Amino acid sequence: MTDLTRLTAAETAAAVKDRSVSAVEVAQAHLDRIAAVDDRVHAFLHVDADGALAQAKRVDDGELTGPLAGVPLALKDILTQEGIPTTAGSKILEGWRPPYDATVTARLKAAGVVILGKTNMDEFAMGSSTEHSAYGPTHNPWDLDRIPGGSGGGSSAALASYQAPLAIGTDTGGSIRQPASVTGTVGVKPTYGGVSRYGLIAFSSSLDQAGPCARTVLDAALLHEVIAGHDARDSTSIDAPVPPVVEAALSRDVRGLRIGVVKELSGEGYEPGVQARFDEAVEVLRGLGATVTEVSCPHFVYALPAYYLIAPSEASSNLARFDSVRYGLRVGDDGERSLEEVMALTRAQGFGPEVKRRIILGTYALSSGYYDAYYGQAQKVRTLITRDFQAAWEKVDVLVAPTAPTVAFPLGAKLADPLAMYRQDVASIPANLYGGPAASFPAGLSEGLPVGLQVMAPTLRDDLLYRVGGALELALPPAVPPLAWETA
Amino acid sequence: MTTTSTVPTVPYDEALQEFEPVIGLETHVELGTASKMFCGCDTAFGAEPNTHTCPVCLGLPGALPVVNATAIESTIRIGLALHCDIASWCRFARKNYFYPDMPKNFQTSQYDEPLCTDGYLDVVVAGETVRIPIERVHLEEDTGKSLHVGGATGRIHGADHSLVDYNRAGIPLVEIVTKPVTGTGAMPAEVAKAYVAELRDVLRGLGVSDVKMEQGSLRCDVNVSLNRPGEEWGTRSETKNVNSLRSVERAVRSEVERQAHRLRNGERIVQETRHFHEDTGMSTSGRSKEEATDYRYFPEPDLVPIAPDPAWVAELKAALPEAPSVRRRKLVAELGLSDNDSAAMVNAGVLDVVLATVEAGASAAEARNWWLGHLAQKANERGTEAVELPVTPEQVARVIALVGEGTLTAGLARQVLDGVLAGEGEPDEVVAARGLAVVSDEGALTTAVDEAIAADPDAAEKVRAGKVAAAGALVGKVMKATRGQADASVVRRLVLERLGVTEG
Ligand SMILES: [Zn+2]
Repeated sequence: MTDLTRLTAAETAAAVKDRSVSAVEVAQAHLDRIAAVDDRVHAFLHVDADGALAQAKRVDDGELTGPLAGVPLALKDILTQEGIPTTAGSKILEGWRPPYDATVTARLKAAGVVILGKTNMDEFAMGSSTEHSAYGPTHNPWDLDRIPGGSGGGSSAALASYQAPLAIGTDTGGSIRQPASVTGTVGVKPTYGGVSRYGLIAFSSSLDQAGPCARTVLDAALLHEVIAGHDARDSTSIDAPVPPVVEAALSRDVRGLRIGVVKELSGEGYEPGVQARFDEAVEVLRGLGATVTEVSCPHFVYALPAYYLIAPSEASSNLARFDSVRYGLRVGDDGERSLEEVMALTRAQGFGPEVKRRIILGTYALSSGYYDAYYGQAQKVRTLITRDFQAAWEKVDVLVAPTAPTVAFPLGAKLADPLAMYRQDVASIPANLYGGPAASFPAGLSEGLPVGLQVMAPTLRDDLLYRVGGALELALPPAVPPLAWETA
Repeated sequence: MTTTSTVPTVPYDEALQEFEPVIGLETHVELGTASKMFCGCDTAFGAEPNTHTCPVCLGLPGALPVVNATAIESTIRIGLALHCDIASWCRFARKNYFYPDMPKNFQTSQYDEPLCTDGYLDVVVAGETVRIPIERVHLEEDTGKSLHVGGATGRIHGADHSLVDYNRAGIPLVEIVTKPVTGTGAMPAEVAKAYVAELRDVLRGLGVSDVKMEQGSLRCDVNVSLNRPGEEWGTRSETKNVNSLRSVERAVRSEVERQAHRLRNGERIVQETRHFHEDTGMSTSGRSKEEATDYRYFPEPDLVPIAPDPAWVAELKAALPEAPSVRRRKLVAELGLSDNDSAAMVNAGVLDVVLATVEAGASAAEARNWWLGHLAQKANERGTEAVELPVTPEQVARVIALVGEGTLTAGLARQVLDGVLAGEGEPDEVVAARGLAVVSDEGALTTAVDEAIAADPDAAEKVRAGKVAAAGALVGKVMKATRGQADASVVRRLVLERLGVTEG
């Protein structure tokens, strides 16, 4: 009998539709898989078996239909789901059950997607390894002693360990793409405003973007179509048709496509193995009929420092609401302490060190007297980076670069050095600052560990990502994780 | 007894002979939109705590604001009525500070890009027109309301616990800020009051707010400084929570008196926030600006910029109602009110409500009498202004109509208005609930008259003997027996008839 957890989302949806398998069987198979392996991977913070089976039954009963009806999905714990614990990886939200669905969650439910549970992440999406989760790290299925990327390491690890064929991530500086890169999966950050942020617990409002994660390009595109589109509840949501991503993924055709290799996103800091796989993948694309040129984006080198002013500034304000008054953790409310003391104690105990670091950084950058030098200056850099992209679009259709400078590193390796951790996002951040779509696709292995190729496209041209990804997938079939630990 | 009463002062008029005042006013107006600023919640006043809330106005994780287009329109209309420039592009900003009644611990407001800038409002004080320059009009969201339970002061310090009602959180709030107002001479307090009164009339005329100071839908912060002629402006204080017209005047007056005393004695004025106390008319020192919060303003990333279409703004401008001052002049002329009459009404601050009562169908004379008479008296008893009483010009007009059609006597009409003021509903509901309609059944009245005659044979005898004035006592008895519901002239006629007397 087929192992239902090894099917793609498209295959699963087809099987459920022609009733060769029931959605309940599919959901049960994944719940069994989670029970079997997640004690070692730790991809999930919460598994909603009852909810998943109930939703699957509704699909089997014909109440819910659609291209992904009956397909299980792992939801990053930063998106609200009514009645289901939602923590954003933080102690400060422990026990909180949101009274409402995020728009993404609501669209998944309406499409008959079966949400298995909530996945682990760096606290408030601040990190590149999932080690900053208040609930312990997630392990990379390729090597359990290594990080699964971050912040969305739970989602990427769930895919790579066959606990779910689909996942939702969010990407502020690379939190979808870098985990995809280090787990050999597909991760797409749509155009900013392409997918509603309503119900996405904000880290950096002007950068946060939810997107699809999957093991195949077509699956990601199918999921992209389900969650994307205008939402009146998010005023930054774009009121435009969703780009034809599924059609693009199916075309698998890059003939005539002009690909620009970003000069500034290579060389020093990029592992030789990463660079080699990237170069080979670009050659594959050239062989498929794309034209490849080098493009200089001179301001990309300032992206990382600009990001580390803008994102923490917005975070310092977004995270102010966690004060113990209305929901979540409350510490020290003994009837003696003042409100201010209870707020301070709650925040001191509820936030982890990385979150505190960024709140302090952001508070400082916004302070009167420093605003112009830090936040204001960073916004100018953001404009210059946007201009770099716009200039590039005069010459090429898409830009490519390695998604991350390294393969998955060992757990703990960068915990003591925040700047080394931040550099994981050096290649992914420019697209966030610009707002255009970007994706990571598997590009082979270096020393047995996955390498990702990043594709960046003009705003609202998300379809171009899928054209490249689809073609590459066909020509360079992704490696399958050995999962040796399962039998060890 | 409060400590404030012992603050040494210089009498107002004396202070203003020695010093020149500079005043400034920040007025917050709750807009009367059906829904809140950034969500769909109801804005109605007086609901059960926390029933008008949702993920957005509670600031739940993940919730996002969406701008209420009507609030933008109302703000632009206010700006236009105050002769402001309307921004062609502007953004909201976050004002960051921690406070439990503010769900997100930042207020979505506007900072260096307000929607409206650089206007003015003309007000008339003691027959002279004073132009009040307007710095800016911007839009923000209101906070919730904290109730501090236990403790002596009702303030957060010392309270046993606090309750927060978020029904008000997110109600659209327009802030109207004047530039420093100089040249008010001996009348800074009067000018301040006249400005707020005129502003309130403008807002009422625009229909953008119910402008009820008692319910907090119009609130003022009052800035005052003094300087000696020829010297630089002095350090200013900012008095918060000034929530009635009378208080605006008293707040300026008390600050002038307090600051003059300090300056005269060579003491420094501390730049500070002062809290106004409605009960004493005095303010007490609050937070010093030297320990002021850094609000860390930055553009609100959750909202796209506002870019009002100039053609639309032009349409709004063309459709503005007449300014109250213009409308007032016209109506006064139409009604043929004497200068004395209109001056009396302006002084009492009731001209607009009188005119509104006339527009609702009452005669000018009746409207004037009720607002300057019974209602002014009631306001005085409550320590407020007649216009701030919880009665509308339409309700007053209805009561006048009921008198006109004979359903009510003047005395009953007073009782009906008292019922309205007590929150018993519309005039007709009060009439029905209190059973106040005139008794015009002559059979019933005749019985009462006969009883009165029997009870007071002396008076009856005097009347029979031709001393008609003695009938007054009998009429009084009947009125008392009918609890004022009889028409006194009918009773008098019946008394005289029963005693066989006819008046010449
Ligand atoms: Zn609401």
